Amino acid sequence: MALVSVENVKFSGLAACVPQFEYNNIDYDLLSKEDNELLIKTIGVEKRRMAGPHITASDMCQMAAEKLLSQMSVNASEIDILIFVSQSRDYVLPCTAIVLQDKMGLPKTSLAFDIPLGCSGYVYGIYVLGSLLSKGQLKKGLLLVGDISSLSSCYLDPSTFPLFGDSGTATILEYDPAAKPMWFNMQSDGSGWEAISIPEGGTRNYPKEDSFLIKEVAPGIKRSRFHLQLNGIDVFNFTLREVAPNINVLLKHLSKTTEDYQYYLFHQANKLMNETIRKKLKLVPEKVPYTLHKYGNTSSGSIPLTMVSELRKELEEKPLSLIFSGFGVGLSWASAAIETDKIICPELIEYPNLGDKTPQPKIEDIKSFK
Amino acid sequence: MTVEEFILKIEAEFPDMEQGKLLPDSVFREVMNWNSINALILIAMVDTEYDVILTADDLRSSVIVNDIFSIIQTRHT
Repeated sequence: MALVSVENVKFSGLAACVPQFEYNNIDYDLLSKEDNELLIKTIGVEKRRMAGPHITASDMCQMAAEKLLSQMSVNASEIDILIFVSQSRDYVLPCTAIVLQDKMGLPKTSLAFDIPLGCSGYVYGIYVLGSLLSKGQLKKGLLLVGDISSLSSCYLDPSTFPLFGDSGTATILEYDPAAKPMWFNMQSDGSGWEAISIPEGGTRNYPKEDSFLIKEVAPGIKRSRFHLQLNGIDVFNFTLREVAPNINVLLKHLSKTTEDYQYYLFHQANKLMNETIRKKLKLVPEKVPYTLHKYGNTSSGSIPLTMVSELRKELEEKPLSLIFSGFGVGLSWASAAIETDKIICPELIEYPNLGDKTPQPKIEDIKSFK
Repeated sequence: MTVEEFILKIEAEFPDMEQGKLLPDSVFREVMNWNSINALILIAMVDTEYDVILTADDLRSSVIVNDIFSIIQTRHT
């Protein structure tokens, strides 16, 4: 068990951004109305925001970051390190973080790199950035976390298309010797990598022409080898097996009980899965905020997006003891116990669809770029 | 723990299913309007009620309700 801590680092600000375009799953015409209703009721994703082909995860992260920096009166030149956590990079190479360093006006003396993780990425990102700030040699760090998973799921694949929403978030961590320690329990299991994967397009299976051919892979499920594939039962088994014990080990290590924390921020995977984990941990519903119904499964962005959407006022007005838990693609999972103390948290930002550069995606477009 | 109690628990999760129609030797896929979402609902219920995690292989190898119940009995501590 990787039980690790980060000292001298303060969680000082958080902002989140979603695309303006909203897709309602009841409109999905690959499933019958009854099946759509069952899916919405069980998986919990009624609506979600889709970036379309013109907005990247990094665009939304940048918009969130600029809003946050301005509200905190922090200049981009003060940021010593920028980490971009995402499975939706701008380019195959270079790292998106480095492109952002220039676009956002960070100094050339800053560190910038990506961490390619999804559902567990926010917790991993806080741990990595926090660790690098904890010595005090780097003072302020910007953690940009988000995904556009809707782009990698095939419209003709009902096992993935209705699940994902898009978002970009920005978190500011600062060196502060007075900060309470953050604690983490980090885990990995690569034996299950295939359960959530895009099999072709990397160097193991370099893209070739037929990587993009859409084929029927199971009754009623069509996708290409460059689309996301998801084995729902395997992922479900993994989360039921691992997530609650991971959190319990962390609590036990800290000699705490579930009562000691006000809120539990889970990766927004699906309602059935998250509710089963909530019951395993014997948590009352009031302690477990959800955004699945509004924004879907937003991969790496789900925890910070849920914080901004559901807890903004409380995060700004009083100290909070929080548990984060991210779990999924990798397979990778991690939990964190983090104390916040009146952070800066601007209202949720919408990335506009207006203007020539970001036309509103139409349903026809969604079908065609899938 | 009996198979009859197990069936009552299934019926509670699937209110649209005709109550009393599911029997220990029923082919569950036929009676339960089987699909991938219903599979997840069943897995979640069995985990919550019996602390047993049914895998894809468990479900693949099961035909009747009793097959699933036997797996639960074997693993339940």
